[in-house]
Amino acid sequence: MRVWKFGNDIDTDAIIPGRFLTIYDPAELAKHAFEGTRDEFAKEVREGDVVVGGSNFGCGSSREHAPLALLGAGVKVVVAKSFARIFYRNAVNTGLLPLVSAGAEGIRDGDAVTVNLADGYIEANGKRLPIEPVPGFMKEIVDAGGLVAYAKNLDEVKRCSTE
Amino acid sequence: MSATIAEKIFSQRCGRPVRAGEVVMAPVDAAMIHDITGPLAVRVFREMGGERVFDPERIIMLFDHQVPADSIPAAENHVFMRQFAEEQGIHNYDLLEGVCHQVVMEKGRAAPGEIIVGTDSHTCTYGAAGAFATGIGSTDMGFVLKFGALYFRVPESVLVEVEGAFGKRVGAKDLILSLAGDIGADGATYMALEFTGRAMREMSMAGRMTCANMAIEMGAKAGIVQPDAATWDYVAARRDIEPFDLAGDEDAAYAERRRYDVTDLAPQVAVPHNVDNVVDVTKVAGTKVDQVFIGSCTNGRYEDLFEAAEVMGDADRFADGVRVIVIPASRTEYLKALRAGLIERFVEAGALVEAPCCGPCMGGAFGLLAPGEVSLSTSNRNFRGRQGSAQALVYLSSPATAAASALYGEITDPREV
Repeated sequence: MRVWKFGNDIDTDAIIPGRFLTIYDPAELAKHAFEGTRDEFAKEVREGDVVVGGSNFGCGSSREHAPLALLGAGVKVVVAKSFARIFYRNAVNTGLLPLVSAGAEGIRDGDAVTVNLADGYIEANGKRLPIEPVPGFMKEIVDAGGLVAYAKNLDEVKRCSTE
Repeated sequence: MSATIAEKIFSQRCGRPVRAGEVVMAPVDAAMIHDITGPLAVRVFREMGGERVFDPERIIMLFDHQVPADSIPAAENHVFMRQFAEEQGIHNYDLLEGVCHQVVMEKGRAAPGEIIVGTDSHTCTYGAAGAFATGIGSTDMGFVLKFGALYFRVPESVLVEVEGAFGKRVGAKDLILSLAGDIGADGATYMALEFTGRAMREMSMAGRMTCANMAIEMGAKAGIVQPDAATWDYVAARRDIEPFDLAGDEDAAYAERRRYDVTDLAPQVAVPHNVDNVVDVTKVAGTKVDQVFIGSCTNGRYEDLFEAAEVMGDADRFADGVRVIVIPASRTEYLKALRAGLIERFVEAGALVEAPCCGPCMGGAFGLLAPGEVSLSTSNRNFRGRQGSAQALVYLSSPATAAASALYGEITDPREV
């Protein structure tokens, strides 16, 4: 698995431009991922590749097309120093795993990377970088495989309950 | 116990004290879906086993991003949503009323103390009405459509006290751009911005909407203007509601307190390609522009169009070579501008005046830029590729600065016109 490295403030328009938002199929969206900002991504990305950003990854729109485009491209994990709030939540909900790592900045484009969730680190170019645990209630959604799977067998929710 | 506005809203809606940091399954008072993010929300609702939505009366549906349909897939989305509305008994404003956030506000669908979600990041606009309003994704919305509730992490709040009085041709947009420049694009991530102070109390509802709208540009979950008499006047004119007090306590645990005096604030411009890349207009004055867009949920209201017209003065033409696109934010605002003669002025001066919709703001439908072109826009984002080519340059400003720039074909300080 190799790294596609991006900088800070990667916005959702960069991940999937507005003119493709009538598309909902992840595989079709993937054909336009990073179109205009990093055109080789859609052509060369391989199943299992990892996208790595700096701070504020996924800022901007609430469009869920952004995590779907990455999932359609075979990307299952995004690592960043920090994420924008809506993107983080959309990623968890759709089954794209957003991992926060202070060491994300040190990862370079093309690095070979492995993710070890059980022990809480990623290994990039031979270096181990700790990742922050997914917050409590979101872990449940991740473990369920996304919010749809989580909600499928739920008849009702307990309002104002604390998780 | 003292609390911020955000904490008070969650406590009130949950019937028990709720503090920042707590994650609660909170009921939502209203949920907004539109033509781009709605179809996916409906599909997710079905995948979750949803048959009937939690309450059709609390769902606001409309189309604004691609209207009238600019492609067959867009038209299919509209049909899909219309069928869902009919099946579920949801009132659909369809493509007649305008941009989602403007429509939610002007139809009185947002009020102080409410929790509102929408599948659009600028849902935070309803904080101008004192609501806790936040943008969510389509999967979260599928959950809301089914259960009428959603997980929220109650946010910490940043208190923004805005004092002083705006100078000539300086206003809400300049304030919020200046704030974005100071706080940064991720400076308020996971937090709520709570606006108070004299300059906020003196600001029109239109200006307050501009400020709340752009809270997301600092990463904030919500931007709430402390409700006052003007808020209640606005909301009570649109629905039957009794005013109550909703203010952050003096000794509430704010994550940060920021104080601004707008008295000497210059018109602000966000330069490509980040919203927090903000400078005084004087720094970029003289930059040639190919397109000027006055509209969007940030600045497409009557007040914005009036301000633009005022800057035009008795000039009868925009500069040669500049495409000026004016899009009122809603049918109501369009009619107001039309009856006041503003639309006629814009058209005479050479503008393209379009029916209420998002227009070039999200780069979906029309008004897109070619590589190398420069646009000055009153909208909320200047991300690379946002309005067409990734090789185009988008600057953001107030309607006054946009109008002044349209007159001269280059970025122009509106105070000099």
